[in-house]
Amino acid sequence: MAIEDDVTVIGGGIAGMTAALAAAREGAAVRVLSHKDSTLRSASGLVDVLGYPPRSSDDERGEGSASEESETTPDGPLADPFDAIPALPESHPYRTVGVEGVREALTLFDEVVGDRYRGGHTDRNALVPTHGGAVKPTARYPASAAEGLASDDRNALLVGFETVTDFDAPLAAAHLESAGVPFVARGATVSFPGDFRVDAKITRLADALDADERVSIEGDGYTTELPARKALAETVKPHLRGEARVGFPAILGQHETEAVRADLESELGAAVFEVPMGPPSLPGMRLEGAFLAACRDAGVRFTTGNPVVGYEEDDSGAVAAVRVERNGATIPFHADQFVLATGGLVGKGIDSDREGVEEPIFDCHVPHSGDRYDWFADDAFGDHPFARFGVETDDELRPLDAGGEPEFENVRAAGAVLGGYDFAAEKSGSGVSLATGRTAGRSAASEVTTYE
Amino acid sequence: MSDAEQPTDASDVTDVREEETVSDDEFEPVQVFPESEEMDLRPGSDDCYKCSTCDTNCPVAEVDDDFPGPKFQGPEQWRLKRKEDHDVDDSVMSCSNCMRCDSACPSDVPLSQMHNTARGEYVEDQMEKFSREYVRNRILANYRTMAELGSKVPRLTNFLMGNSLVQAANEKLLGITAEREFPEFAEETFREWWDERGGPQVRSEDKRVAYFHGCYSNYNTPEVGKAMVRLFEHFGYEVVVPVQRCSGTPMFANGMLDDAKRAAGVNVENFSGLVEEGYDVIASCTSCSMSLRQEYPELFSYDGTASVAAHTYEALEYLRLHEDLEGALESAEVDAGEFAYHAPCHARNQGLAGQAVELLDGLSGANAEDVGESCSGISGTYGWKEEKYETSMKIGEEMFEHMEETDAETGMTECPTCAMQMEHGTGYEIRHPLEVLEEALVGEGSN
Ligand SMILES: Cc1cc2nc3c(=O)[nH]c(=O)nc-3n(C[C@H](O)[C@H](O)[C@H](O)COP(=O)(O)OP(=O)(O)OC[C@H]3O[C@@H](n4cnc5c(N)ncnc54)[C@H](O)[C@@H]3O)c2cc1C
Ligand code: SF4
Ligand code: SF4
Repeated sequence: MAIEDDVTVIGGGIAGMTAALAAAREGAAVRVLSHKDSTLRSASGLVDVLGYPPRSSDDERGEGSASEESETTPDGPLADPFDAIPALPESHPYRTVGVEGVREALTLFDEVVGDRYRGGHTDRNALVPTHGGAVKPTARYPASAAEGLASDDRNALLVGFETVTDFDAPLAAAHLESAGVPFVARGATVSFPGDFRVDAKITRLADALDADERVSIEGDGYTTELPARKALAETVKPHLRGEARVGFPAILGQHETEAVRADLESELGAAVFEVPMGPPSLPGMRLEGAFLAACRDAGVRFTTGNPVVGYEEDDSGAVAAVRVERNGATIPFHADQFVLATGGLVGKGIDSDREGVEEPIFDCHVPHSGDRYDWFADDAFGDHPFARFGVETDDELRPLDAGGEPEFENVRAAGAVLGGYDFAAEKSGSGVSLATGRTAGRSAASEVTTYE
Repeated sequence: MSDAEQPTDASDVTDVREEETVSDDEFEPVQVFPESEEMDLRPGSDDCYKCSTCDTNCPVAEVDDDFPGPKFQGPEQWRLKRKEDHDVDDSVMSCSNCMRCDSACPSDVPLSQMHNTARGEYVEDQMEKFSREYVRNRILANYRTMAELGSKVPRLTNFLMGNSLVQAANEKLLGITAEREFPEFAEETFREWWDERGGPQVRSEDKRVAYFHGCYSNYNTPEVGKAMVRLFEHFGYEVVVPVQRCSGTPMFANGMLDDAKRAAGVNVENFSGLVEEGYDVIASCTSCSMSLRQEYPELFSYDGTASVAAHTYEALEYLRLHEDLEGALESAEVDAGEFAYHAPCHARNQGLAGQAVELLDGLSGANAEDVGESCSGISGTYGWKEEKYETSMKIGEEMFEHMEETDAETGMTECPTCAMQMEHGTGYEIRHPLEVLEEALVGEGSN
């Protein structure tokens, strides 16, 4: 009965945390309810705003969506994402929050991450090599990845580890070259120094570098003990052929990344960078840590571990409380305003089965074709309507029902739960989450009347 | 909505008691495994997409290079086992049952349930019943039996257990570490106190709770149980204390599933009748509430298991939901000072990690600073084992450091074994949040 806040945010991903932070900074009492860790832990830690213009989106989403969208094809990475925003289809979340909204959100982001991230000095996208050897246009990238930019013409050695199978350095190097980067890339695979299990977790290797643990390495017929960073440099040295920079998979420490990198640089006499990796992703975890800390400093309360499964209405039809499921009982959390930031098909904010597509908590309308065969394009890499599934909103990010009216006065939506964009194809995931999270959080807070 | 508003009519959707005990298809783990005698965890193991998130959240894997981690213990072990000739790997005994992997998995793989059943199978089929390890684990898992004897002659036991010769013998003969000091037995158990005062002092038709005190607050820290009773009676609750056994937590962790099953049978029987009469179950130890809430329905199918699970709450959580606890605290005051608060893993898993800190925020004269996400490392009986002691202390190191970084000189937690570890690692005195709230709202001098 008595758990009551001004603003309750459902979902603890980057959209939810941004909404919570923005609302708390406006003076509201904010709680985040989150079931699981966010997809940030799997994501690369890169913050994309818009890497490619959206493809043709003539409306396969079925009833309820009233957009006239122009036919565009993905024509190469975008140099300036802000430039491209006004040309996006009207149903795109960026059009709802506007270019200014996107910029303000990035300012908030820059403030939260401080010198851990780069890219804030320019509107232009940076080109960051990924672990598969692709080049990704992104707006903000970890400082640890800065020396690796593909626009830089210094030659690069990529170093992979036998036991870190997600990064095949020679293959990645070959891919980079065929992508036309302006430098020579070479790859080498070494074994991580020390006596770690074959299936050692990457966090374990990162910890060893953080603590600069002493590890034993084999020399010419002798075994010697060295601090892990030095040992790693010694392992790499024989492979270095004058390259000015060396890239490692992103496992250079969980906390002391900058120190690890600095030590490696001075040992190797070359610049050192991290290549963002897939799950579990250390840059993603570091980013999550920075947002959590900022939220805590702003007084945001977190209740995690159990899913929100439903809601209660008050007499006027507004949402009075959401209910959290816990082993058969459900527990109400009351608030004046709610932000829905439960993610998309991956984060479980949007559910689909053979019958249809739904938003499971508030049962908000999710426009989609009644015919399941319309959800996919024939071509596996084609333009799949399902990638854009999500709720549609009004200008204030309130989800709309089938008739185009707000579902509830006091519910807003942010992040991947929104429809109208395809984060994977246009490379806009974190940007949309940040921008809509901030706007939703601020407008929720501005509705709250009961400031203490 | 007013904070103090109480649900009155039975159809009020806000009344958590009116909740269906088990929603038809949402949550009934036992029904996933048709004959619960012979568990088949294949559906769970097929859900694993090998993202390794569980591994990165496992406190044991973080410090013990030989432990292959939850992904191996759970889905991979089950997959291997399906090919007949594979035994359960003995590394499953190095899992501390902190259950962190459960909440980490984005795909809802029932990891701790897999570990508990695998451990049970390992102990049953592969562990030598006369081995030192088995005997030791059995003793540790059945703490209550030992405590019951010890508490009959508390002074003698305290003297003996504190005796370094006895400790050395325990380590040599049994493999119980000599590094730790045995918790002292109280001169008067909680139940003795309860009987002495004549049971409930408040009677109520509609506000009634049944207290699951568990072993520790009965034999070792009865002040926690007393504080809980006074606090609930202060809010007008009828508190009853049914006969009960160990919650089973230490038995799950040691693969003693038969012992756990017997204990659970007694507990479910004694509490489910009360639930039917309108009592909710409350616990002051977060591992006890976890066990009743999650592990019972995952592992056993006694009649009433599900309804006991659905009606079990942690004590503070319960008061927050049903009373205007924050309001009451706002007008109260104590002289308790600063606390370094550690959220036990089993509180974290129940979504209760922030609650004590939040509550003390609103109380003048007390403040709790969260010391972070790390696990304390003791995990019940785990840190008592000679061969695990070092791992346990390595896991705890981060928590010790964070405790020392705060301004506080006193620790706070809901879990009795975490409290032991906190004290062991820092020398701080440790209190339970219930004690502070009781001091604030009821005051000293009541019985
Ligand atoms: C593998 C991968 C790689 C990616 N790489 C990039 C990249 O390089 N660059 C980029 O910009 N973007 C990337 N993204 C996308 C980006 O991470 C997401 O678009 C963004 O994180 C979405 O954030 P969100 O907060 O909206 O949702 P999520 O991060 O999905 O968070 C949703 C949260 O809601 C919680 N939740 C869901 N349902 C409930 C419920 N019922 N009750 C309570 N809580 C609930 C979940 O537990 C979760 O914490 C990647 C995504 C993935 C999966
Ligand atoms: S977190 Fe879940 S899905 Fe991922 S590896 Fe572990 S069990 Fe598998
Ligand atoms: S229960 Fe804890 S110790 Fe055991 S595997 Fe899971 S996270 Fe690791």
